[in-house]
Amino acid sequence: MKMKRSFASRVFDTLNYIFLGAFAGATVLPFLYVLACSFSTEKEILERPFFIIPRKIFLGAYEYIFSSSTLPRAFMISVFVTITGSAVAMLFTLTMAYPLSKKNLLGRNVLLGMVSFTLVFGGGMIPSFLVIKSLGFIDTFWALVLPGAISTWNLLVIKNFFQEIPQEMEDSARVDGCNALGTFARIVLPLSMPVIATFTLFYAVGYWNDYRSSLLYTTDNKKWPLQLVLRQIVLMAAGNIDGATLDEAFTQPPLEGSKNAVIIFGTLPILLVYPFLQKHFVKGIMIGAIKG
Amino acid sequence: MNRASTQRSTDRIALRKARRSFNVMTVKKDVWLYILLIPGVLHFIVFKYLPMWGVLIAFQDYNAYLGFLDSPWVGLKHFIDFFTNPDFTRLLSNTLLISSYNLIFGFPAPVIMALLLNEIRSQWYKRSIQTLVYIPHFISWVIVASLTYSLFNSQGVMNKYIVQMGNNAIPFLTSDKAFRGMIIGQTIWKETGFGTIIYLAALSGVDPQLYEAAVIDGANRFKQLWHITLPSIKSTVITLLILRMGHILDNGFDQIFLMSNSLNRKVSEVFDVYVYTIGITRGAFSYSTAVGLFKGLIGIVLIYSANYFAKKVGEAGLF
Repeated sequence: MKMKRSFASRVFDTLNYIFLGAFAGATVLPFLYVLACSFSTEKEILERPFFIIPRKIFLGAYEYIFSSSTLPRAFMISVFVTITGSAVAMLFTLTMAYPLSKKNLLGRNVLLGMVSFTLVFGGGMIPSFLVIKSLGFIDTFWALVLPGAISTWNLLVIKNFFQEIPQEMEDSARVDGCNALGTFARIVLPLSMPVIATFTLFYAVGYWNDYRSSLLYTTDNKKWPLQLVLRQIVLMAAGNIDGATLDEAFTQPPLEGSKNAVIIFGTLPILLVYPFLQKHFVKGIMIGAIKG
Repeated sequence: MNRASTQRSTDRIALRKARRSFNVMTVKKDVWLYILLIPGVLHFIVFKYLPMWGVLIAFQDYNAYLGFLDSPWVGLKHFIDFFTNPDFTRLLSNTLLISSYNLIFGFPAPVIMALLLNEIRSQWYKRSIQTLVYIPHFISWVIVASLTYSLFNSQGVMNKYIVQMGNNAIPFLTSDKAFRGMIIGQTIWKETGFGTIIYLAALSGVDPQLYEAAVIDGANRFKQLWHITLPSIKSTVITLLILRMGHILDNGFDQIFLMSNSLNRKVSEVFDVYVYTIGITRGAFSYSTAVGLFKGLIGIVLIYSANYFAKKVGEAGLF
């Protein structure tokens, strides 16, 4: 249907395109600026306001941040926590979501009530801290992995997804002699691969970005994950890695540049998985919107 | 008639009996399902329900040596201390101000953006915008705070422009006045794009025939927006608003904690940060748990009242 568009309508369209373009620009430009700064000399960062292309490529900031073992170690801790965490989280979430998706399971409503209640009320920071402490989890990986292992929201979304799988498919597996476990492993999980991919990525991003658990549950700064080290370097200290221990190769460490390099180092992994994330998350969110 | 009803009730009893024995059978048949539940249920008990039980230390003088069971009970002492503390009104107003600004500016932002995106005809342009504006949602608050630092510190990009134009540099990160604006700005920057997804999904479900009919009836674009588009996302907006109400006293510890410093403490100290400072750094476990519990209980009251109110005005509500 072709129709003539009024003048006001066209003005609105133009402004709309510009506005949304500007918003998207404001989203990306800070990253590009920080990326440019991380490859620039101190002098250029101090002199120039906003820029995206450095006049001279300078790798000193990266040499500096990798001159100490702090960042690589924190990076490895984050990688380890992210991988173990996502695996444990998916295991816990999937195994709990499947039984809860069975409408005739005895006790299901009580369990669902208990699960949903955690969406509106929680014990809070201090009681959780005391629980972790009395379990002896302070300064261990468990404190970073286990408390976040089930997100109630993710659990309910996956449960809803399992409910959508036609019962007949599972019944036929049962007739062929599979028990509930076999049906779950051989029928349900293979049918849920896209959902599993989505939520593994969600959990992984959550673990990677988490700094609160390590802030609360680790006292030893040798066990800090990347986010906490980032906060230390960029927001608390003056860009100085390892506090006072300066590498001798730098009489004057590139403080501003290294802050930017550290930011890029912390952002890069997320940007690398983002294309995979984007493919799935819209669908992942919408599964949950179907009421069930 | 009478006989029919007796017949029906005996039927019902028989049915109930059959169902009960069926239940015993299903429990046996579902034994694997119960085994699968074990890790998850344990997780909920240990990490969600034990802390809930642990809030009882708010009514104790908790002492780590005596432990949870032997610490002396003190009733409402910590609550009275908290409400009579001069910090209380400051914390409450800081918390409520940030929440209200977030509600007034942060909540409508994704709705507006979704409506604007919905008006874009070029699918290519729309998809590119979406790809970009979703990114910050996946970036950690530490990175967001760091980017803010790079752009807004006393020698940052913003201040370079301000100084170039002949003005004095503005201490964005350390001033009382700028703090709330910075927080709201960060939230809008980080979450607006991602927040549009749920509204866009609701919009994509609208029957295009409605718009065609409206055009034939002479509706212009604004009228189409008002009479078709907005009503189609109304229930989504209300659902999200109810959920938001429950969190009016949560300002997001992660964000505020990173942005607060000794110079802006007067406005940046909110309940979440206060619980951390008093509880974790100073070790006043009982008192800070009382603060947390107060916050949690208000949250429940708010979410249930918002839900009740939504139902009163004829919306579906959450529960």
